[in-house]
Amino acid sequence: MLEFFFGYLSLVIIIFSLLVVLSKNAIHSVLYMLVMFFHVAGIYLLLQAEFLAAVQIIVYAGAILVLFLFAIMLLNLREELSAEQLTDGWPASLAVVAGLLLTLMLSLGGFTTTFNGSWSPEKIKEITFTKALGQALYTGYILPFEVASIILLVAIVGAIVLAKRRLN
Amino acid sequence: MPGRYLPTEYLPVAIFIAISIAFGLGALIMGSMVRLRRPYREKLMPYESGIDPVGEPRVRFSIRFYIIAMLFVVFDVEAIFMYPWAIVFDKIGLFALIEMIIFIVILLVGYVYALKKEAFRWE
Amino acid sequence: MFEFLIRPGSFDLFLNIGIIILKIAVVIGVVMLHVAYATYFERKVIGHIQVRMGPMEVGPHGILQPIADMLKLFFKEDIIPEKADKPVFYFAPIISLMAALSSLAVIPFFDGFVIADINIGLLFILALSSLGSYGLILSGWSSDSKYSFLGGLRSSAQVISYEIAMGMSLVGVMIMAGSLNLTEIVKAQAAYPTGMYAIPQFLGFFVFIIAAIAETNRSPFDLPECESELVAGYFVEYSGMRFALFYAAEYIGMIIMGSLAVTCFLGGWTIPAFITAVLPFLKYVPGIVWFALKLYVIIFFYYWIRATLPRYRYDQLMAIGWKVLIPLSLLNIVITGIIKIMVD
Repeated sequence: MLEFFFGYLSLVIIIFSLLVVLSKNAIHSVLYMLVMFFHVAGIYLLLQAEFLAAVQIIVYAGAILVLFLFAIMLLNLREELSAEQLTDGWPASLAVVAGLLLTLMLSLGGFTTTFNGSWSPEKIKEITFTKALGQALYTGYILPFEVASIILLVAIVGAIVLAKRRLN
Repeated sequence: MPGRYLPTEYLPVAIFIAISIAFGLGALIMGSMVRLRRPYREKLMPYESGIDPVGEPRVRFSIRFYIIAMLFVVFDVEAIFMYPWAIVFDKIGLFALIEMIIFIVILLVGYVYALKKEAFRWE
Repeated sequence: MFEFLIRPGSFDLFLNIGIIILKIAVVIGVVMLHVAYATYFERKVIGHIQVRMGPMEVGPHGILQPIADMLKLFFKEDIIPEKADKPVFYFAPIISLMAALSSLAVIPFFDGFVIADINIGLLFILALSSLGSYGLILSGWSSDSKYSFLGGLRSSAQVISYEIAMGMSLVGVMIMAGSLNLTEIVKAQAAYPTGMYAIPQFLGFFVFIIAAIAETNRSPFDLPECESELVAGYFVEYSGMRFALFYAAEYIGMIIMGSLAVTCFLGGWTIPAFITAVLPFLKYVPGIVWFALKLYVIIFFYYWIRATLPRYRYDQLMAIGWKVLIPLSLLNIVITGIIKIMVD
């Protein structure tokens, strides 16, 4: 049953990712990406990572994709619509991607599905994923957490500096 | 083998989402079967207070909308960091509070910068 | 791959799915009835506040007005602007409705009745309400009209601005309850001395209520629809059933935000223990009654505000969201944390 859901989610993710890339209209691409993000959230659920599933929707679908929409609307879409959807060098890119995919598939055998560290799936299920994440993040990973705030600070400053000339 | 447990408690959520989409589609399809449709050119023009539309509908807009969206992404991520923090707060205690205050203060620097640059001011 | 369908236990699976679908149908049915009559009571309440009668024509005291409205919208001609982006135009109201309606899946209406008892119920509602901005921005963009486009832009900027304050105002509740599961939040409140978090968390409650009004585009923050400037904002070009879906989504959103306020701040289906200590017979009133009563009070409050306050200007709206509500909710988080440590 797990395999069935995993297969369905993966299939939809692959199809909609292709649609995102191949669609001529950028707004349609965003809609395809929205459907894709929902299915990625489904994959997180299958991995017991329910908090990450929520983050996938809140941050990626609810915030970053909305930013994309604003950015697309700032540009003039009419010219984009008549452009070719594939650039001239697409066979070469396809070959590179196919090569990468092959490498990945060959290396899949090297992965094992056991867990590492002190958090077993049973333990996570017992205290719920979000609490497990909170305890791990806010006791063991303090420095990365505070560094994250500095990265966010840089993002604020960057966004304003980029548009500053227009603001004043 | 993805994961070890089937998230069965999410099955109703998936069914609910499917039903609500079907509900919306169903209402539209039922409506389309009974209503009449007599379009003519004027009816299909976008509404612009009664006169013919002028120029492109998708006008250029202020860069401020983009800045707001960008700041929204940053503060949304900040809020995301608070949720798991909040529910383990009673287990970690004072240490967690100090961590979060440092986090908030660093971001407040950015907030004050945005405030000084008048990113939140609209004319 | 499909062997799970023919295993002995699969009958239980189908039975369970059948029960889930039945529960969902009941919830959607009851909520849609509430939506229909929320429009009626809105007109009645605002009418009486402004010393008018409100709808009076259809049935006694206009009680059948929502049904007449529904029939009218159902048979109305569906007009789509010639140059509209058809697929996006079709899907925008469905996204709006889906985002609003699906949030009902995690709301505990009374003890033991919740369609999906998930551990991240609160985040699920926040996630779906963040999808609400798609309906606004996509309908505005696809309609091929200046009014829609500007209305969609303005309203999506408004919705995302208030979303942050709303999410952060709930962090205080999360600290106190130690959970994101809405049922557990209600139970934690019932065990708390005041019986509801609105009293210690008054700052969070205040920010949440204001942010919720702005999230659902209600007056005095109804700039997306301001009929005098943008004629109706993002859904100018929508008519008939498509318009009805947006309209329903707005009212469902109101019910969702009200239910969230009831579950997170007002004790959900429970009543404070100090009240039952004085009046023990109140214990026998079913939980759904308390839930509904609290929800109606909040919805009445929405109407009252709409009838009383004038609309804000757009710059004022953005200033309230970014300069007042976000600092206040951050302050609330820090204060809640400090008090929690001192009490423990």
